[in-house]
Amino acid sequence: MSDSALLRAGAEGLAAPLPPLMADAEHLAQSVLLGAHGRRRAGVGDEFWQYRPAMPGDDGRSIDWRRSGRSDAHFVQQKEWQAAQSILLWVDDGRSMEFASDPGVPTKGARARLIAMALAILLVRGGERVGLSGDGLPPRTGQVQLLRLASALSGSVEAAEYGAPETRGMMARSRALFVSDFLGDPDPVAGALTKAADRGVKGAVLQVLDPQEEAFPFDGRTVFESIGGALRHETLKAGNLRDRYLDRLAARKAMLADLCRATGWQYHCHHTADSATAALLWLYGAMERTR
Amino acid sequence: MAVLANIGFSAPWLLLALAALPILWLLLRAVPPAPVRRRFPGVALLLGLGDEEQQSDRTPWWLLLLRTLAVAAVIVGFAGPILNPDDRVPGSGPILIVADGTWADARDWPRRLDRIDDALREAARDGRTAAVVTLTDLPADDGLPFRAADAWIARLSGLTPRPWAPDRDDIGAWAGALDGSFETLWLSDGVAAPWRAPLLAAFERRGPVTVFESPRPVLGLRPAQFRDGAIALSAVRARADGTQDIDVAGHGLDPAGIERELARATLTFAEGAPEAEISLSLPPELRNRITRFQIDGWRSAGAVTLTDDALKRREVALISGRDDGAALQLLSPTHYLEQALAPTADLIDGTLADILQANPDVIVMADVAMVTSAEAEEIAAWVDGGGLLLRFAGPRLAASDVSRDTEDPLMPVRLRTGGRSVGGAMSWGEPKGLRAFAEGSPFAGLEIPDDVKVNAQVMAQPDPTLADRVIAALEDGTPLVTRKRLGQGQVVLFHVTANAEWSTLPLSGLFVQMLERLAVSTRPAQVAAEDLAGTTWTPDRLLDAFGQIGDAGNLPGIAGEDLARAVPSAASPPGLYAGEDRRIALNVTGAESVLAPTVWPARIPVEGLTLAGETALKGWLLMLALGLLALDVIASLWLAGRLRGPRGAVAAMAALILVSAPLDTRAQEADAFALNATAEVVLAHVVTGDARVDEIAHAGLRGVSDTLFSRTSIEPSDPIAVNLETDELSFFPFLYWPVTPDQPQPSPAAYARLNTYLRTGGLILFDTRDADVAGFGGGSPNGRKLQQLARPLDIPPLEPLPSDHVLTRTFYLLQDFPGRFASRDIWVEAAPPDAEQIEGMPFRNLNDNVTPVVIGGNDWAAAWAIDDRGNRMFPVGRGYAGERQREIALRFGVNLIMHVLTGNYKSDQVHVPALLDRLGQ
Repeated sequence: MSDSALLRAGAEGLAAPLPPLMADAEHLAQSVLLGAHGRRRAGVGDEFWQYRPAMPGDDGRSIDWRRSGRSDAHFVQQKEWQAAQSILLWVDDGRSMEFASDPGVPTKGARARLIAMALAILLVRGGERVGLSGDGLPPRTGQVQLLRLASALSGSVEAAEYGAPETRGMMARSRALFVSDFLGDPDPVAGALTKAADRGVKGAVLQVLDPQEEAFPFDGRTVFESIGGALRHETLKAGNLRDRYLDRLAARKAMLADLCRATGWQYHCHHTADSATAALLWLYGAMERTR
Repeated sequence: MAVLANIGFSAPWLLLALAALPILWLLLRAVPPAPVRRRFPGVALLLGLGDEEQQSDRTPWWLLLLRTLAVAAVIVGFAGPILNPDDRVPGSGPILIVADGTWADARDWPRRLDRIDDALREAARDGRTAAVVTLTDLPADDGLPFRAADAWIARLSGLTPRPWAPDRDDIGAWAGALDGSFETLWLSDGVAAPWRAPLLAAFERRGPVTVFESPRPVLGLRPAQFRDGAIALSAVRARADGTQDIDVAGHGLDPAGIERELARATLTFAEGAPEAEISLSLPPELRNRITRFQIDGWRSAGAVTLTDDALKRREVALISGRDDGAALQLLSPTHYLEQALAPTADLIDGTLADILQANPDVIVMADVAMVTSAEAEEIAAWVDGGGLLLRFAGPRLAASDVSRDTEDPLMPVRLRTGGRSVGGAMSWGEPKGLRAFAEGSPFAGLEIPDDVKVNAQVMAQPDPTLADRVIAALEDGTPLVTRKRLGQGQVVLFHVTANAEWSTLPLSGLFVQMLERLAVSTRPAQVAAEDLAGTTWTPDRLLDAFGQIGDAGNLPGIAGEDLARAVPSAASPPGLYAGEDRRIALNVTGAESVLAPTVWPARIPVEGLTLAGETALKGWLLMLALGLLALDVIASLWLAGRLRGPRGAVAAMAALILVSAPLDTRAQEADAFALNATAEVVLAHVVTGDARVDEIAHAGLRGVSDTLFSRTSIEPSDPIAVNLETDELSFFPFLYWPVTPDQPQPSPAAYARLNTYLRTGGLILFDTRDADVAGFGGGSPNGRKLQQLARPLDIPPLEPLPSDHVLTRTFYLLQDFPGRFASRDIWVEAAPPDAEQIEGMPFRNLNDNVTPVVIGGNDWAAAWAIDDRGNRMFPVGRGYAGERQREIALRFGVNLIMHVLTGNYKSDQVHVPALLDRLGQ
């Protein structure tokens, strides 16, 4: 097969998830009612704020003639100032995210992308600017940005077993969302969170786990391999490991929660077997809280 | 062949491989189970976690044991183990094989034959001569029939047991005549008998004796007796160890004349008890129908007991003409009759009309002179059908003019006016005694007590027929009891009263015996020889040793006194003996019979049926090995953790689905069938098993369905083939049943559903398809098959289709009902006998129901049949006339389905003029 044909086939495969991702994310976003967050003072915006008497220096075009016609004075219509926030998303694209214990459960990566995309849709509808951390996609608003986001989320391919959060491109006092399973090395996560806190960036950490990772239903002689195959661990009695594994998992969660508390972030653990809406609702609330 | 205990090996050297088992043990032990590879993102958390113990790297001991056992089973299996290897030493000299051949043998007779066959084959191998003798059928000439064993094998199938026990004297004579020296194999039936010991001694004088005896229990069912208003059943057994339940079934004819099981009881032998009893209470109607009791599942004459008249309680109606006499009870005309009959018969009271409805066996009219002519006709009809009218004389009869000039149908003789009185205060002579009963009289043989005296009687007119009709007379020859046959029944007149007014006869025991001989009362359970003296009994039905009942053929009769004493033997085989009016059963197991197990001296080797031949164990061992390996697979999977987690659930689900899937599909099929059959009107035909006939029937119904669709408002969908055994019938208004000579008889369950179908308004069109070659009811194969098929069906009386039957006008006006053949023999349910044509009406007002069957042989399906393209499949007749005949055939089909679906709607048309009249039109 020629190169162009290969490229074509790859592009088709790449493009294929886009509409469903958009559609699913739209569907998910529909379930959350989003109010526009006005600044409660006059400024640039779409919403009517107040009429004030025209003052010298006001542009003649800005005079609201309909209001002025009802009295002798001239009035100017002021709009409410609607400020847009920048929100940076980081969705783990490590190999470990491509795991689903059961055909009926989505992979962690798919669930993470779906939730991130839905949040992006909600935010864009709310007038915010959404982008990806790193130098991939700077925050912008509008439908086109959504398409770009979807494309960037679906298209990323990385060979690393576990992804590490990016803080590049993060503007001061913006918002951020980290979605990952956080099963890899915790140090980059701690570093990223500290760095973000230093810049005054608030946000949320969403840990997506597969039910099997919570239950560890294994027994007997087993060789555990990471998804990429880079890591392996052999045991003779997997059942004996269960308690110690669960302890470590709990410790990891506690570490993340502590880190978030210290940096003023929000932490939540989501399981792929649960409904994505619950996670989205929590995220929406978390984004409100950090505002 | 190496022998180890009672297991031998055909290839014992293979057992050496068992020595390799310990090596296998070590080898298997060294290899731990293979690990499972799992993808797991959480592996990063696992890194560095060590195992606490190092045990699981060894296969667990029980799994090792399992595998070792499996391998051991394979090795032993291929070594060819054989249980009870046959290593008999060949004998020499002649061998005598003796079988008891009694009813007790019958239950496992085939196995006894097998044993004899084995012995004969062995003898043939060894070149010995053999003789086979059954003790119930001893060889006629005295010598033993020794000949080559092969010759006996061919004749073995002709050997049958007899339903009686060997005769002691015959056995003694035969045993005395034995000579020469031979070995004996004695197949005993397991019942002790006095002739066994001398016979055994006789055999032992001639050579070694081996006894073969079945360990199966021997049971006997004693005759059922009527006791305290219930049937007492008792069974005996030879071995009294252990408890045992047996089911006893009473068989008889049901009201439709079909033999079936009418009653059932369970007898329980207590531990150590040789007898079991139960009392069975049945309604009289049922009790009178029972012809035999049988231990369920026992093929032996001893387990069958025929019931004769002993169980039958005759229904006797008593009518006295003098019910105004509210006087002393002892003067009541029927008092003595009641006393004599009450213990053995069911008495009925009531008016004559009511009594005739009850159809009693006997009507006793004590001094009744006049009956109305209508009643007389009814009584005559009843007597003609087999009833016994027993009349007693009395003052009223004497004073009346009944049967004076001409003989009354209900009187056996003409009577002289007045009657006579002898030995009274105002007359000459002495009271008369009875003359001895003549030969040929039903009372022959009865002893006459001296104190029976007659002092008044009615006198018979001397007629030419009188001599034949007298069955008892006084000393001076005047008739005392006269009898006349009337059809199948008889009229008997006692020329004296039924009370002690005219004679002392009713006070004597003779009176009871005479009533019994006339079959008015039932005899007591025990027959005494004197009761039967002078009578002759012919065998009617005979039992064979297997308990099957068959016709007796032309066997000579037996004198009554012999029958009373008889035990079953060649001269008096067990069965049912018919006398003049009664039947007596001679059963294998008598009322006093007991069974005892045989006791053999310790020196005699006794073998049982269980000592079977060689059993090769190879297959079983290999099966065991396979089973163990399958277990090993499961155990290994479980050990490796592959049966837990998601896969375990999947496996469980798969197993569940496998189990539940077939049930669902069957239920779905039944549902689909029901929906298909009920969504629209559907005609159906019965599957005969003959593919061609079924195809024609289907095509024929399709043709009729099409015709109905185009001409009438009935719009049937495609016809359905119905399997009587499996399909529900109630969905179909109409079944077409072509008869083929070789179609299988439906099962009883299928007949039950067919009868329900017929009773609830279904119609079956039976088509013998042979009207071209045979008339209806003729002996054609199809006709005979139809009779067989229809016998268990609940079909009402039939008649040829009358010209005013509603089938002639349900849609078309028809008088002919041709199919491919144009026979006029079509039978439907008969009209009620009281249907009469009303003046001014064109038709009779016939039965309200749809006739449940239409029977004919015109091969309608062939005339109706169309193929897939709508073309006629078969030619009918010739030219235009043939097409006309086909048209009429189709019209018959239309009329028939109309009749099925609308019932008597057209029959009600006869009321139209009356309705119009009432409406004032």
